[in-house]
Amino acid sequence: MTAKAVYKPRRFKFRLRRLSFSRFMLYLLLTALVVIAGLPLFAMVCRSLMPLDELYIYPPRLIVHRPTLRNFSDLLTSLSSSTVPFTRYIFNSLFTTVVTVLASVMVCCMGAYGLVKHKPAGSGVIFAVVVAALSFSTHVTQIPNYLVVNGLGLVNSYWALIIPKIAVAYNFFLVKQFCEQLPDSILEAARIDGAKEFRVFWTIAMPLLKPAWTTLAVFSFVNNWNDYFSPLIFISSNALKTLPLALQTLSGGAGVVARAGTVGAATFLTTLPSILVFAIMRGKVMETMSFSGIKS
Amino acid sequence: MQAAVKKSGFKEWMRKNATGYAFMLPFLILFAVFVIVPVAVAMYYSLTNYNMIQPARFVGLSNYSQLILDDDVFLISLKNTMVFAVITGPIGYFASFLMAWLITLVKKGRGFFSLMFYAPSLTSGVAMANIWLILFSGDRYGYINNLLLRAGLILEPILWTKDATYVLPVIMIISVWMSMGTGFLVFLAGLQNVDPAMYEAARVDGIKNKFQELRFITLPMMKPQMLFGAINAIVGAFGVFDVATAVAGMPSPNYAAHTIVAHLYDYAFTRFNMGYASAVAMALFVITFTLGRICMHVFKDNT
Repeated sequence: MTAKAVYKPRRFKFRLRRLSFSRFMLYLLLTALVVIAGLPLFAMVCRSLMPLDELYIYPPRLIVHRPTLRNFSDLLTSLSSSTVPFTRYIFNSLFTTVVTVLASVMVCCMGAYGLVKHKPAGSGVIFAVVVAALSFSTHVTQIPNYLVVNGLGLVNSYWALIIPKIAVAYNFFLVKQFCEQLPDSILEAARIDGAKEFRVFWTIAMPLLKPAWTTLAVFSFVNNWNDYFSPLIFISSNALKTLPLALQTLSGGAGVVARAGTVGAATFLTTLPSILVFAIMRGKVMETMSFSGIKS
Repeated sequence: MQAAVKKSGFKEWMRKNATGYAFMLPFLILFAVFVIVPVAVAMYYSLTNYNMIQPARFVGLSNYSQLILDDDVFLISLKNTMVFAVITGPIGYFASFLMAWLITLVKKGRGFFSLMFYAPSLTSGVAMANIWLILFSGDRYGYINNLLLRAGLILEPILWTKDATYVLPVIMIISVWMSMGTGFLVFLAGLQNVDPAMYEAARVDGIKNKFQELRFITLPMMKPQMLFGAINAIVGAFGVFDVATAVAGMPSPNYAAHTIVAHLYDYAFTRFNMGYASAVAMALFVITFTLGRICMHVFKDNT
């Protein structure tokens, strides 16, 4: 490389080398970050595939040598003989998450559409309150939420995990920002054609808002799927526990050694869905996030 | 004319606003019941003694004075949360920004890099704690201990998650891993929003390299995204709980990983001392809300 450069003017040679050097540094940095982000996930995948003897080998092994699906079959079959089969936890997580996501998409899209496209009196104040609500965590309101859910007699039911998490400021905010750039002329044209307002929303606005609500659905899925605090305070019955809560019971307590493999498999099954959902929807999410800034 | 408007004022008002309100109704009800009213309710209960069996008894500010003057464990949780937030918040924030910026500089593999960078923030803290507990295991079988032992940096294994000196730093490392991608999407979107013509114009004006471009063009253009990212980072950092309890247990050794939310959980849902726990919730509310306001001021859009 240097031999070739000898024939070239000095200044040009310098620029060429600097360019490739900075590109090299860039990719080095990116690779380092990928390794940091990926290593624990890689360890997770490997440990879920390790047979028992490899899990307890010394020195500890990062890469699995003889991968097996035994841990998964143990988790899904042999644990079924216990009082609550693991598949029940998967169902609990899936059911509460999916219902919450669907309800949140519907409620937040309708709300944002009403606010942006009809601007009823007080919508400025309402939006200001939503933005203010972005800046405190759900833990602040957890005690009154518990009292309400308790008052409705919903403690220890799926609804306790669903109802309080439908109207989320973050979700409303994202759809509202996206809604702003929806052209009024299209909606107006439909209204002139005699479409009822809900039809305009459902058949015209919703398809146009698709990137926004897919994004909302992804975030809502990830948050609810991983949520640990709500089930911790609302669910005490073993049969209604969701995956994160069930995992803690599974990994702690007696018989930890024998369960190391199944815990690895359970961790993998708990982690995978969120990553998959994001990987599939990435394009739509990116499109929506362009509108995510707060103008103060 | 004037009189006619006045006469049908309410009807007219209803006609104008009814559709909008109808669309917003489900959101407004749920949002009021589970987000807005609860803040006021928590504020009220923080001034009472309430155990859910007997009716709430008004006690003035005594919960707060107890919180600040007598509750050593709360002060520990406050200190831990502050240390945690001050270190992990900014690291997560700047790491997210750095990754987003680096990605805009490459042409190939953007999809792969974004997925990899964002993946940690998609994981469940409680689930991944299983893996971290193995990586940071206190015996020689732990990956980190094994690595350090073999490198000769330590002579005997460190009890990472049991020793009060190490447990908070370990939780911070895990949380940085989980939060280094949280703001990533917002920042990436902000970076891609900047009009390329701006960069060309700037080059004519004498901007020489990528760093100057970042400093003088990109950052000022990205204020709204920086603000959104900052508020999310603050809320996330001060709400630390899942990872801390999953890694260190509850209560943690010597309260070394006790956080504000852990304190809230302890008083509200194991002791059912709702009044006192509401005062803890209010402390959390005031801290994050004030910091949020400060951020809004810092990132004020002057354009």
